[in-house]
Amino acid sequence: MSSTIVARVKQRQIAQLISLGKRLDGRGLTDYREAQVETGVIERAEGSARVLLGKTEVMVGVKIEAGEPFPDVPNEGVLTVNAELVPLASPTFEPGPPDENSIELARVVDRGIRESKAIVLEELCVEPGKKVFVVFVDVYVLNHDGNLIDASAIAALAALLNTKVYNYEVKEGEIKIKPGYSPLPMRNYPIAVTFAKINDKLVVDPWLEEEQVMDARLTITMENNGKICAVQKGGYGYFTTQQISEAAKIAHEKAVELRKRLVKG
Amino acid sequence: MLQKVPEKLIDENNVRVDGRGVNDLRPIKIEAGVLVNADGSAYIEQGKNKILAAVYGPKELHPKHLALPDRAILRCRYHMAPFSVQERKSPAPSRREMELSKVIRESLEPSIFLEYYPRTSIDLFIEVLQADGGTRCAGITVASLALADAGIPMRDLVAACAAGKVEGKLVLDLTDLEDKGGEADVPLAWMPHLNAVTLLQMDGMLTIDEFEQAVNIAIEGCKQIYKLQKEALKAKYVTVKEEAEE
Repeated sequence: MSSTIVARVKQRQIAQLISLGKRLDGRGLTDYREAQVETGVIERAEGSARVLLGKTEVMVGVKIEAGEPFPDVPNEGVLTVNAELVPLASPTFEPGPPDENSIELARVVDRGIRESKAIVLEELCVEPGKKVFVVFVDVYVLNHDGNLIDASAIAALAALLNTKVYNYEVKEGEIKIKPGYSPLPMRNYPIAVTFAKINDKLVVDPWLEEEQVMDARLTITMENNGKICAVQKGGYGYFTTQQISEAAKIAHEKAVELRKRLVKG
Repeated sequence: MLQKVPEKLIDENNVRVDGRGVNDLRPIKIEAGVLVNADGSAYIEQGKNKILAAVYGPKELHPKHLALPDRAILRCRYHMAPFSVQERKSPAPSRREMELSKVIRESLEPSIFLEYYPRTSIDLFIEVLQADGGTRCAGITVASLALADAGIPMRDLVAACAAGKVEGKLVLDLTDLEDKGGEADVPLAWMPHLNAVTLLQMDGMLTIDEFEQAVNIAIEGCKQIYKLQKEALKAKYVTVKEEAEE
């Protein structure tokens, strides 16, 4: 459990530096770590991406399968997001059914994509009320060094932008794949920006040791037009209303910056 | 039991489907100390929501390896009865219930002096008997009261309430119908004495301005709910006192 416990001395050092506006790894309070995005890394998947955010590493694979629509939206495809905190990624991750952390991670990523209506789900309908395409977004955390939410949201978006929908025809109620494909129809690019509150200051993109020192966490997901499409507070502490307003403003700037790097053209 | 979906959720006079104005809470009834076996308990009715909460502890913790040397752990289960919603809900915990159990726990933890009870657990059970939107918030409101009823030392009561956007207008305390048909939902929990927001979520779409307004509207709702919580707590001890004097 060596990497899960931060020595008191180091905790104090992290907190003291932050109150001076500095961070242990040399970043400013609102700086992201370097993000590297690679897409198409899994040929078997219809879409995939691998994201490195500092040392945090997340892989996302997108699979598309035929399925049934939800009865209340019979002419829309279905989005399903799942997250696995793979045991090889951290000594704190254990094999077994998803725990509350992986469920929360998946649901926050899901909320950003769903509420911003990022995928044009209407175009994934094969036969209204009967057959649609189901988009499975599987988030695979491969190394945990903090801020899994932002890394997973970036990886999910990159993988969706990399996703192919194969051409098909319907014969006797069955879907037959034809040669050729088109990109998954997308209309929005949600970006999650996560803050940690440490010593009453907000820092962007906390790494693992900062997460272990933080009082609380706040994720704000921004869509293309600068609107907020999802928010999630986590952790045992709290935020004041002033801190929430400040976070919303920083999230807006950071999302524009990240989106520029991620979505070309 | 089918809900009729009206054409408009808010009419031209800013009156909502259930007759409320945009900044009105639903009628709320709260009672503390409703279960005899629990160390603390409470019941809330907020509109059609009916929710029970019970607290057991601080008590010895099983399994023991979860114990913390310097404080108690708070365990929370938010659960919906199979008959609480339109279509029967499987009694097995869903992913939504798992997430809500986590965020509810995290919304209450800042209010409790957990460090007073090292190596123990405080177990909190929230049962939604009937749901009509805003159950996580009503669940927090009633759970905080149950914790106080259990005599657990607290920094403040936590009151919770949602605000949201329905048909272009910001409104307080959304019903299920308004949540589903609306544009955004912002559940929030608040500790008045610390100006502390302990739960904050959002889904839907809001500009930054609207979001900040929604936060303030929800806090106004929390202020009203906080008063009701305190009254409920006092009411219980008035009864206890009367019984003792008889």
